[in-house]
Amino acid sequence: MTQQGADRPAPPSPAMLDVEIWRGGQEGHYEDFRVPRDENQTVLDVVTYVQRHLAPALAYRFACRVGMCGSCAMTVNGRPRWTCRTHVARVIEGGRMRIAPLRNLPVIRDLVTDMSTFFDKWQAARGRFVGTEGADAGVGHEPARVRPASPERREADAAIECINCAVCYAACDVVSWREDYLGPAALNRAWAAWNDVRDDDRTGVLRAVAVAGGCLNCHTHQSCTEHCPVALSPTHSIAGLKRASMQAWLRGELKS
Amino acid sequence: MSPANFVLQRATALIMAPLVIAHLILIIAAVQGGLTGEEILARTRGSLGWGVFYGLFVLAAAVHAGIGLQTILREWTNLAKQPVTIASHGFMVLLIVLGGRAVYAVIA
Repeated sequence: MTQQGADRPAPPSPAMLDVEIWRGGQEGHYEDFRVPRDENQTVLDVVTYVQRHLAPALAYRFACRVGMCGSCAMTVNGRPRWTCRTHVARVIEGGRMRIAPLRNLPVIRDLVTDMSTFFDKWQAARGRFVGTEGADAGVGHEPARVRPASPERREADAAIECINCAVCYAACDVVSWREDYLGPAALNRAWAAWNDVRDDDRTGVLRAVAVAGGCLNCHTHQSCTEHCPVALSPTHSIAGLKRASMQAWLRGELKS
Repeated sequence: MSPANFVLQRATALIMAPLVIAHLILIIAAVQGGLTGEEILARTRGSLGWGVFYGLFVLAAAVHAGIGLQTILREWTNLAKQPVTIASHGFMVLLIVLGGRAVYAVIA
């Protein structure tokens, strides 16, 4: 960028922003609001303004406001996004913005969805760590040595920074077609767990995901990777699970 | 999708890929070479090689399409598991019968 370009003043923003926000539950309607436009305003700022000044009963979720907690995801102009890190200037279309709850999750009220299924699927995909069990677990054992440069550690690193925002889950068409599909976030977590060489039941991860509605149902549309706000690639993780599942099945390891 | 279906669908795709290429080259070469239908049939009739080639083609296509149809019906319709299984297996059998009949016609 030239010095001249860097000094160029930002184009003036209109004083007001027209916003449509979903009101109601699964059935409902969009309600129009006019919100003062500010520089560096995020979508979450807009929703917060509406709740504080125009519609106190508006229900929405947020916590950290800095893109770490994953609780403020919503559908903005048709795309799932983390609203606390999405600037209005980047997503506004024709001076308007339409904000809705996330797709593929039941709506509780307004912008709040019921995320129980999303987290239940994390459990179903066996994303938790399984350590060595028994009375002497951990006693007298040398700590596992995991080289940071090992292929497994690198794969786990690439998948581990998920903030559970459910943006990928809302973006996934397979989730919208099959209610039993585990979804990109749960499968991405399973891939991180499978690559943890300290885990005592790595084959158990594959048994959990190589089922009807599991990783083998992914169509590789890559919507999850396209929309992930922290630039993870669940598609890559799912491809890894497919490969590992297929090899385990051919070796006869998936029989329970 | 079960691991068995996943492996079968990919294995049949692997089988079909070279067969499709060989088939396309074959028909283009035959047409460009000016062979008549009778001349083509004279070469295929009684040939075990062409029988295996196209028989394998039909089997791979039928299995591949059957599994694919099962996935589409499961995802795009509200049909229960049993009707989906019946429809996809039925389609697989139909393709085997129709394809087998065509292979028989050029081989026997």
